[in-house]
Amino acid sequence: MALTGLFLCFFLIIHLLGNFQLLLPPEEAQLQYNLYSDFLSNNLVVKIISYVLYASILVHTLDAIYLSIKAKKAKGSSYVKDKRNRASKWYSRQMMLLGTIVFAFLVIHFKDFWFPYKFGDLSSDINGNKDLYTLVIVSFQKLWYVILYAVAILALGFHLLHGFFSAIRSIGLYNPTYNRIVKSVGVVFAVAITLGYFVIPLYIYLNA
Amino acid sequence: MNSFSLLSEAINNRIVMKIHLKIWRQKNQNTKGQLETYTLDDVDAEMSFLEMLDMLNLKLAKQGERPVEFDHDCREGICGQCGVMINGIAHGPLKNTTTCQLHMRSFKDGDTIFVEPFKAKAFPVIRDLKVNRSALDEIIAAGGYISVSTGQAPEANSILVSHEEAESAFDSAACIGCGACVATCKNASAALFTSSKISQLAKLPQGKKESNKRTVDMVNRMEDLGFGHCTNTEACQVECPQDISVLNIAQMNYEYNKAKLVK
Repeated sequence: MALTGLFLCFFLIIHLLGNFQLLLPPEEAQLQYNLYSDFLSNNLVVKIISYVLYASILVHTLDAIYLSIKAKKAKGSSYVKDKRNRASKWYSRQMMLLGTIVFAFLVIHFKDFWFPYKFGDLSSDINGNKDLYTLVIVSFQKLWYVILYAVAILALGFHLLHGFFSAIRSIGLYNPTYNRIVKSVGVVFAVAITLGYFVIPLYIYLNA
Repeated sequence: MNSFSLLSEAINNRIVMKIHLKIWRQKNQNTKGQLETYTLDDVDAEMSFLEMLDMLNLKLAKQGERPVEFDHDCREGICGQCGVMINGIAHGPLKNTTTCQLHMRSFKDGDTIFVEPFKAKAFPVIRDLKVNRSALDEIIAAGGYISVSTGQAPEANSILVSHEEAESAFDSAACIGCGACVATCKNASAALFTSSKISQLAKLPQGKKESNKRTVDMVNRMEDLGFGHCTNTEACQVECPQDISVLNIAQMNYEYNKAKLVK
């Protein structure tokens, strides 16, 4: 859980940095973004990493389902009066729900961008690269689509807020000072990823 | 002021409360339990929570009813025997306090108090508020000890333990094994209990040789006994009467991962 989670965190950074190219001036962004996409889909190293990524998503999901079933079995009957929530953050208890939202979003995300790019019939830009840029820009002209993204990214943000430091704990970092640092880094990371991923659809929508 | 006037003043200033109780009654492991309602009219604010339950039991016994069974021993907050869910919180509303150290002054006149046993699959109810926590003993039996005789107390300078390490080990050793962490955890995990013992022993030089085996055996036993896993919600430390740190769990994970890697 921790290892796949941290790998996915690493991927989020790379994916975000790549997507920042969408914020360039339109003509430049189109050529650069399509060139970048073409480079990613034809590079062997990236290809290997992408398979690790698919595997990580799958293992992370299956592990979550397994652990949820295990927790359900370990719990006794429920309390009539239950105030245990006072002791922990809501998002630390709702990782499965937040993860499910992120997973549902991923299905839509793959269907709308990954699938058309890999198997669809995309037109080419003037350099002859598949025009993923236009597909992205057109998609984010719709307000409901931007809202869908905002909800999913917010869920992702809370997922990371708990997930990042939790993963480091599961690996076994127990030094109190380092743990304080990791917790702060985790908050900065979660906020940065949330804002970063939200800025792009918002920018595209507002500049339409 | 003589002792008589002190006593009469205490009696005159006594705060007496009416308390409604909703207590979990369950005949044995195989029957279904339910909440029963009782009312006590003259609960003294200076009574401990367990004394209030004693008062209820006296009343029930006089009426020829079966008293409410609950675990308790030292009533000084150090043995770990008492432990019930009070208004949905393990050991009640106060921080870092066992049930026996909770006093009725924490409640108001006319309050309704829900009292339920700790609930987890690994903690079957024996009767009423009494649960079988021997699963925790089984985890200790799986490796929470040093198996060679270490003889007399060693000469203090022959094996050096830093002050910080000694203090840290002592903090971990402060766990009284009450089971509040399991009752509070949304996954019914015994990670805080198990880890406090594992990291206490891992911090000290005695028994270092068997530390890998100890960790793996204890963690495996914990899993076999049907406890859940830890998802680091940190609720356990908040409700722990001894404020055992969740970083013990991180150290247990470290020791476990290390043991699995060197294997």
